[in-house]
Amino acid sequence: MPQVRMRVNGREVSGEVEPRTLLVEFLREHLGLTGTHVGCDTSQCGCCVVHVDGRSVKSCTLLAVQCDGAEVLTIEGLARNGELHPLQRAFHECHGLQCGFCTPGMIMSALELLQRNPSPSEGEVRAWLEGNLCRCTGYHNIVRAILRAAEEMREAPQPAA
Amino acid sequence: MYAFDYHRPQSLDEAARLLRERPEAKLLAGGHTLLPTLKQRLAQPSDLVDLGAIAELRGIREEGNGLTIGAATPHGEVETSELVRRLIPALAELAGEIGDPQVRNRGTLGGSIANNDPAADWPAGVVGCGAVVRTTRREIAADDFFTGMCETALEPDEIITAVHFPRPKRAGYAKFPNPASRYAVVGVFVAETDDGVRVAVTGAGPCVFRLTALEQALTADFTPNAVDGIEVDAAELNADIHASADYRAHLVKVMAKRAIQKALG
Amino acid sequence: MVEKGIGQPVPRKEDRRFVTGRGRYTDDINLPGQLHAVFVRSPHAHARIRRIDKDSVLGMPGVVAVLTGADAEADGIGPLICGWMIHSRDGSPMKMGTHRVLATDKVRYVGDRVACIVAETPHQARDAAEALVVEYEELEPVVDLATAHDAPARVHDDIPHNLCYDWELGDRAAVDEAFARAAKVVSLDLTNNRLVPNAMEPRAALAAYDPGKDEITLYLTSQNPHVHRLVMSAFNNIAPEHKLRVVAPDVGGGFGSKIFIYGEECVVAWAARRLGRPVKWREERSEAFLADAHGRDHLTHAEMAVDEDGRILALRVDTKANLGAYMSTFSSAIPTYLYAPLLSGQYRIPAIYARVRTYYTNTTPVDAYRGAGRPEACYVVETLVDAAARELGLDRAEIRRRNFIPKDAFPYETPVIMTYDSGDYATCLERALELADYAGFEQRRREAAARGKLRGIGIACYIEACGIAPSQAAISLGAGVGLWESAEVRFTHTGKVQVFTGTHTHGQGHETTFSQLVAEALGVPFEDVEVIHGDTAATPVGMGTYGSRSQAVGGEAILRACNKIIEKGKKIAAHLLEASDADIEFEAGTFRVKGTDRQKTIQEVAFAAYVPSSYPPDLEPGLEASAFFDPPNFTFPSGTYVCEVEVDPETGQVSVEKWVAVDDFGRVINPLIVEGQVHGGVVQGLGQALLEHAIYDRESGQLLTGSFMDYAMPRADHVPDFVVEFAPGSPSPSNSLGAKGAGEAGAIGAPPAIMNAIWDAIGVRVEMPATPERVWRALQSVRMPQAAE
Repeated sequence: MPQVRMRVNGREVSGEVEPRTLLVEFLREHLGLTGTHVGCDTSQCGCCVVHVDGRSVKSCTLLAVQCDGAEVLTIEGLARNGELHPLQRAFHECHGLQCGFCTPGMIMSALELLQRNPSPSEGEVRAWLEGNLCRCTGYHNIVRAILRAAEEMREAPQPAA
Repeated sequence: MYAFDYHRPQSLDEAARLLRERPEAKLLAGGHTLLPTLKQRLAQPSDLVDLGAIAELRGIREEGNGLTIGAATPHGEVETSELVRRLIPALAELAGEIGDPQVRNRGTLGGSIANNDPAADWPAGVVGCGAVVRTTRREIAADDFFTGMCETALEPDEIITAVHFPRPKRAGYAKFPNPASRYAVVGVFVAETDDGVRVAVTGAGPCVFRLTALEQALTADFTPNAVDGIEVDAAELNADIHASADYRAHLVKVMAKRAIQKALG
Repeated sequence: MVEKGIGQPVPRKEDRRFVTGRGRYTDDINLPGQLHAVFVRSPHAHARIRRIDKDSVLGMPGVVAVLTGADAEADGIGPLICGWMIHSRDGSPMKMGTHRVLATDKVRYVGDRVACIVAETPHQARDAAEALVVEYEELEPVVDLATAHDAPARVHDDIPHNLCYDWELGDRAAVDEAFARAAKVVSLDLTNNRLVPNAMEPRAALAAYDPGKDEITLYLTSQNPHVHRLVMSAFNNIAPEHKLRVVAPDVGGGFGSKIFIYGEECVVAWAARRLGRPVKWREERSEAFLADAHGRDHLTHAEMAVDEDGRILALRVDTKANLGAYMSTFSSAIPTYLYAPLLSGQYRIPAIYARVRTYYTNTTPVDAYRGAGRPEACYVVETLVDAAARELGLDRAEIRRRNFIPKDAFPYETPVIMTYDSGDYATCLERALELADYAGFEQRRREAAARGKLRGIGIACYIEACGIAPSQAAISLGAGVGLWESAEVRFTHTGKVQVFTGTHTHGQGHETTFSQLVAEALGVPFEDVEVIHGDTAATPVGMGTYGSRSQAVGGEAILRACNKIIEKGKKIAAHLLEASDADIEFEAGTFRVKGTDRQKTIQEVAFAAYVPSSYPPDLEPGLEASAFFDPPNFTFPSGTYVCEVEVDPETGQVSVEKWVAVDDFGRVINPLIVEGQVHGGVVQGLGQALLEHAIYDRESGQLLTGSFMDYAMPRADHVPDFVVEFAPGSPSPSNSLGAKGAGEAGAIGAPPAIMNAIWDAIGVRVEMPATPERVWRALQSVRMPQAAE
């Protein structure tokens, strides 16, 4: 079986995987990082979004072996020293989550938006979330949370995640 | 997913050799069609040959009077490229309408056209611009490349390396997306090129096609009014739960008008 | 005011684990030595099983077992049940087709469970599931609800006409009489489209058998773990009730679909005992489309009789409801007692008659989905009211005003067995019209027309019935269980509070709202309260969370337990303060001798209760109390939604431009959470109105919308920014909080508001979902001139 090595949330990890192992399976089953969820099998729902080499991706549509040598960031790696990232805090304060299942993917997706566009409009936030489904919140408070986090991050820029 | 062997060649030669040696192998580019297909167990390749490590397949550059886009360039790079926005903004817009941001971060131009899904966006842009598909063996004109539903002129061991898009004088793309999949129910790319007006339609039929009647009408009058005089034959078009053939025929005209409007700026 | 007490928009306690990826959902749990289950499902809508060839896979790598319906029967595993008995008009009981955990004789829908493969890895189980040889004899399927009665085939061989029951409610003669003297009668044929619940977390189960204790522990995605334990023990014979522990950890949304007792979870628990190793199953999304109970799916002929002033005289409704291939856990109650009793809406209607026939078809079973019967009723009533207004040339707000039950008429008895508790409908309507600038709408319509768009405005005034009650009445109507709720409140030595509830939170935020309740009632810091739910080994027997019941029923049980604690605390405080019990008053966490400054905090009293160095001699130590609450009635929230849409006449595309919701939920415990419930419900209603539709191929019975590629879910860019406001509120008299349910309102009121707006925009009524093609075709049919001209 192929050996893969990657940096996940700043930590060097490696493992032997079957080539058909998806990145999300490697994260959840080999590394125990169960914050990344699987909500569909057609790359639509976005519950599995993580960052690979600084870009948000659907980890259910990527083989672990394709990520050999990559830098991976998951929801578990977002808070620093116990302090929530502004997006995490804003989702909490704005009630941008209910059941919590889509939340890690939503936050990881929004993170790339704010890295690319620190001042998105409401419409730009909604358009960006095309690849993330939520069945609970009606999106209203998710959009508010992202706009609030954007504001906070503009005022106090974050070190690169 | 069925089990397979995985290869990550460092060069095109190595990739082509793997394809020759393993007739049941498939190329893996962005994987955003292939991996969902494999997850549903709808295909059983013996090997996957990952093109991700071959640097020469990636990138966007100005070439002659046009753009050359590497086959493994993700849609998102096309969408945000200043060069594309300056030279052929309609292509940036088309790329930005594919899937969602995460799909655009991984899915590639070469993967999309090699797969030739009848509802994919890129075939409309490639045919609409009269682009040339470059492979490890030859150059293939867009009009010859897409041969049928999910079929192309590619030989089994032939690999797309890049697509060269001549710069049109003006161009526009309008898409009516499927609200579930975000593929095109109908997408129309209209371009006025040095070789005349080209109109390419995706989503509506089994394979991207040119709407020659409209091309002729636009040659005489490059305005949305040109659409009014033409007929789109519903008998040739797809019908499914998302849209009947005559609704698609209607949408072709509506999207054509909007694409022309965009081309006019 | 207590900090983070009742009425405050407190951000949720539960969020921290979810935003940091530390939630613990069923699929996040793994046990040493676990095996993996994959179900072999029927590819046919209707077929006889001729043979299952276990040998075809038993030698495959990793395969540990192939379980079939015959094995289940041999082990005494009982069939699935429907927990609500309905009787037909002629008095005969509903006809239940046998619903086995694994099919034995026939398969009855695409996705029906045929066998379960258990293997060492999920890949191996999937490989074997695909390889298992099953021989079928295909039968003609019954797919179409409209023709199920006369279909040549029978879903269940012993059930003629595929008819489960033919039920009625109301006074038919009185209705006929009112129609005979009506100035106008409007009639409509309405389709309530079939929906797939699609909670973002697919179902999952993990079972382990402990031979030392002869006990099964089952982790699963459930809205009501005690109900799962009860049914799986009493009917499916999985284990005696006290030897089955059911744990529903974090659950990623339910919307009804995780109420039910399905075959998969039963098989997983049975397999774990049979094989002596933990067994795990996780549903794929494409599997969920087939296997999770669907919602809605009604065909209704509805008529409304009105006088010349637009006053409603009577309503007559004839509904066919699709049950799917089998009865699900509560499926009989949804199109009957959760539907017809809501047909009075917010209106004073002297006579109502409803007839409901439910049919088996070769499709996925249908059961409760957010709103469950009430959205179907609201859609009927609110569409008819708009139709009547059009017929009479009346303003659509005015016809509603004329028919509202006035606010001084409560409790109000409808002709369809409900007694509405309280309400102030006119206030909600007027405020919503004001927020929506109803008066200024025609100007916006003209502006839209100038841009080539057709703009319309729609109103819906909804009523909801939450928390089925009282138990005795529900049982007399056929319910198989009581519908009370339980709570236990426990102080620890150090003055912290644990609250054990029989409800289950899977997005509703009970850990926060119940903490607010307890903080207010006991005067303890919000942060000192921990809410524990979802584990039959930890919590009192409870009925779970569905039907917008948790606050009004479960919250009240918690308050009552708190009151018992305060009563006992008074006795302890009296002893400590050397006063008589009667002289002790309790306020904001402090017991005080009336008229003095002699006092003990509730934490000091709790410590004394556990370390009784000085203690009343006749009192038990400890400070905890439990309570059960069986409400005297449902609660009846209500409200008005106003929606504005724009239609692109060239494509038929509808966009929702503006949304105003004014809801009366009685007393709101946490407005932040309740607003979130409205947003989510409205968007599910928007999904039903514009996007979502489970479509079966009429010939083959295949589900054509079996993934997110074909089943359109609402996304962020389908949805506008919402204006949500709570009316001053008419507290419910049915609980001491005055709270009413809030979980389903949005899904009930939204579809007619949107559909009425589209009707207004294009001048013709279309069916749900109002897809671009349907709207475009409707526009073609009326040959509407282009708005731009």
